[in-house]
Amino acid sequence: MAKLRVATTSLAGCFGCHMSFLDIDERLFSLVEAVEFDRSPLTDIKRCGPCDIGIVEGGVCNAENVHVLREFRRNCRILVAIGACAINGGVPAMRNNIDLWDCFQEVYQYEGGTEGRVVPNDPELPLPFDKVHPIYEVVKVDYFLPGCPPPADAIWRLLTDLAAGREPRLDYTMLHYD
Amino acid sequence: MIQTCSAVDNPDSVLKPILARHGANPTRLVQILREVQERAGHVSDDAVTALAAALGIPRVRVEGVASFYSFFRRESHGAYEILLSDNITDHMQGKKELMQYLCEKLWIEPGKVSEDGLVSVWNTSDTGICDQGPAALVNGYAVPALSRNRIDLMVELMRAKKSLADWPPMLFEVRDNIRKPGVLLGQPFEPGSALETVIARGASATLKEMERSKLRGRGGAGFPTAVKWASCSRAAGKTRYVVCNADEGEPGTFKDRVLLTSYADLVFEGMTVCARVIGAAKGLVYLRGEYRYLLERLEAALEARRRANLLGSNILGEKGFDFDIEIHLGAGAYICGEESALIESLEGKRGQPRNRPPYPDTHGYLGEPTAVDNVETFACSALIAKHGGDWFAGIGTAESSGTKLLSVSGDVKRPGIYEYPFGVTVREVLRDCGAASPQAVQISGPSGSCISWKEFDRRIAFEDLPTAGAFMVFSRERDMFEVARNFSHFFAHESCGFCTPCRVGTTLLRKTMDKIHAGHGSAYDMDEMRHLSRILKTMSHCGLGHTAANPVVDTMAKFPDAYERKLKELAFEPSFDLDGALDTARRITGRDDPWAHIGEEP
Amino acid sequence: MSGNAISIDGVAVAFEPGQTIMQAAEAAGVYIPHLCHHPEFAPHGSCKLCTVKVNGRNGASCTVGAQPGMVVENNTAELNDGRRALTQMLFVEGNHFCPFCERSGNCQLQAVAYFLNMTSPHFEHFYPPREVDASHPEVLLDRNRCILCELCVRASREVDGKNVFGIAGRGIQARLVVNSHSGRLGDTGLAATDKAVQVCPVGAIIRKGTAFRVPVGKRLYDQAPISEVGTHVTGQGHGKT
Repeated sequence: MAKLRVATTSLAGCFGCHMSFLDIDERLFSLVEAVEFDRSPLTDIKRCGPCDIGIVEGGVCNAENVHVLREFRRNCRILVAIGACAINGGVPAMRNNIDLWDCFQEVYQYEGGTEGRVVPNDPELPLPFDKVHPIYEVVKVDYFLPGCPPPADAIWRLLTDLAAGREPRLDYTMLHYD
Repeated sequence: MIQTCSAVDNPDSVLKPILARHGANPTRLVQILREVQERAGHVSDDAVTALAAALGIPRVRVEGVASFYSFFRRESHGAYEILLSDNITDHMQGKKELMQYLCEKLWIEPGKVSEDGLVSVWNTSDTGICDQGPAALVNGYAVPALSRNRIDLMVELMRAKKSLADWPPMLFEVRDNIRKPGVLLGQPFEPGSALETVIARGASATLKEMERSKLRGRGGAGFPTAVKWASCSRAAGKTRYVVCNADEGEPGTFKDRVLLTSYADLVFEGMTVCARVIGAAKGLVYLRGEYRYLLERLEAALEARRRANLLGSNILGEKGFDFDIEIHLGAGAYICGEESALIESLEGKRGQPRNRPPYPDTHGYLGEPTAVDNVETFACSALIAKHGGDWFAGIGTAESSGTKLLSVSGDVKRPGIYEYPFGVTVREVLRDCGAASPQAVQISGPSGSCISWKEFDRRIAFEDLPTAGAFMVFSRERDMFEVARNFSHFFAHESCGFCTPCRVGTTLLRKTMDKIHAGHGSAYDMDEMRHLSRILKTMSHCGLGHTAANPVVDTMAKFPDAYERKLKELAFEPSFDLDGALDTARRITGRDDPWAHIGEEP
Repeated sequence: MSGNAISIDGVAVAFEPGQTIMQAAEAAGVYIPHLCHHPEFAPHGSCKLCTVKVNGRNGASCTVGAQPGMVVENNTAELNDGRRALTQMLFVEGNHFCPFCERSGNCQLQAVAYFLNMTSPHFEHFYPPREVDASHPEVLLDRNRCILCELCVRASREVDGKNVFGIAGRGIQARLVVNSHSGRLGDTGLAATDKAVQVCPVGAIIRKGTAFRVPVGKRLYDQAPISEVGTHVTGQGHGKT
């Protein structure tokens, strides 16, 4: 049987979901038997090719996030939103009720701001959106795995269910928002 | 008296006379707030605190009521507040352009008070003047048939700071536009003539006549009036009430306006007939705030009836036949057309529908048995009392006796009031009113049904197309999507917010319609709207939520092209403008990275 | 079925005259999802989570009186789909961020969402600007998390006799307000021991200094669903009581 191709990424997230993913521990060995990784922080591949499953951590907070998310959507047969931020914006969305202008003033201009009190303006820094959005408000998402982060067992269950072509079904203790 | 609002903000001098007039009675809170609003231009924080203390009720209750009704302002909206009626028929008569013209003349932005505090311009839900729109309310008083000329005049008057009392009366002239009178509108009515018959016949025999007439409620639901009255008269209570629902808020409806303008005696007589049948000593008219301009003449009509001994004690000399009527004004809340919300409002509360049962016939105003009926229902009742039930039952169809007043507006040559025996086809009405190439009619307003040209042989009757009276006609060049979008805004604005499905669902529906309007809709959004419609229809607390999706559901089914030509051929489109969401950041950083321009997904 | 009994999902449930369907179900240990209902308060009927099918027609089980022979559908896919949509509506109309909410694990909104297997809020988020009021020395009011169930309103009025809370605004603008001229909770007569502080089903009213007495992971709904452990014990960070 051909190996499943899986891509993962973190947008406006903290990589905590990826850390939780690694918490499947020794099951990683059986996982690599069954799947091959495309673009992912684990492989350092920079562009996503055609995949069976794309896993996205984090919400959408800037233009670059949109480009990456669209690349995943274009290439992945099944797109999974993983973690609180991908699903409702999470911690980064705390800024959603602060005007972006005020936010920049507070961070860079007022006391304790950057040296010379300038807004960093390197083209390497993506332009931020007015608000942080969950990924399903930008592209169609097939499955959601909430949690901050989702437990390793839940990630394992989701992946093995999808790999086996089953509708993912989580036990009660695997579905958590916190 | 018509007055210009001044920015009076002194609670004591404003509040004391008002409180004195209402006996510091908390059940009169809506009336008290309305008078404070009218006198001071807004209800200040200080006024809220002072009213709570004077009425002996918690401040949160006063604040809850003051913030519920659209016409109460918590801060001044200018010495002149102009609200433009936002119904689709107003739009079809050029409302949008006129609003722009008005705002440009005044150098103001819609929704914001001018810097000198003189004036603000904003929208309000349909004001019940669709036959002579676009209509506006100026400090609560109706100004119909807006035009550039009339706006020029209004701007001149405002710049000269003329009190509304000194504005030319012709600006406020609302015509009846009765195009086709029938038994209700076509014959003169001698005040007291029905009551004489009732007194001679007796209360229970009058109820029998009501039964024989097969009269059904004219508010749209069509509940048999005699059944309601009978139940109310049997119900246990200290006292009983008659309530006339004159909260004609359904967009496209204005027949009660005409009845109250020129047939008030018929309506009051009907209420008095009801009082005799159920044994009530007090009647209340809940007059929608938009009809504020009718208040003084209705009060005068009541006074004339008192003088003629048609109201008061021992009416027409009949010992123990005591009844009087009081008028309450609403303050801009469509939901108060729902009878239990109306009663809450009469009791000085937020207009939120009650849990039912129990119904008002047993537990109504102040918990007592209450007969709540539509203006037109009472007018019919007076005629039935006078001419007998069989006479009435002989008009119309088997299940729908009598005549029905239709408020005809939209793409017709002769908008206005048409009275037909029930059973008339839509096609006949369209012919009579001079509809040019109609493609659709919105029957009974947004909460009713939208029918297409294929259904014009259907009949106005409870057994086919039940209606409260609205009949909005749309010609072939109208975009039926925009009609439904207008109504989705209406329902989102008017949801009372009590129950989850309606509070959130109407807003989600409005947002989805706006998304499609903006060109970001896809097949996904069509499915979403079907999903939302099901939730609204099956899980909401009251009729507003149950019917809020009707315009969308009907137009999606009957005018699919109107939607499809706006949809992207994509499975999914984001709900927000991705590129626009970067504008602030571009402004802050002064950057415009070419790669950070987010177009559509190729 | 005989006497005073209704059928809920095919099971006979006895009721006392005057009881609602919800009350009969609770007495019989049958779970019907709900948020605004509380057994110590009069039926309210605003959240609509408890919508059931009664003799084929939808109704809120907390307000519909039980009648002999009523056939009630409760735990069906169709009803749970609708309830899930309502729960999702509550999530998107406010700002509900479970990872940093003190009530997480003891929150009924979250627990109902778990029960209904809600994996995402589905709808577009409103991210409304809502005020947090920390002016009271012992109680925090975070309107971001308020679901307008009015339990605090009712508890303060009916049990505490204070009328500290009320609802202002209309429609989607509806919001929780407090009984003071300043609009601040600290200027009201609220006491930390008030019933109104205890009945909040979500994290909108939090007693300060108690939030993390029970660690996340060991809270009421962390291990078992609300259908098994019940609803009226979330308390102020006390966990199970």
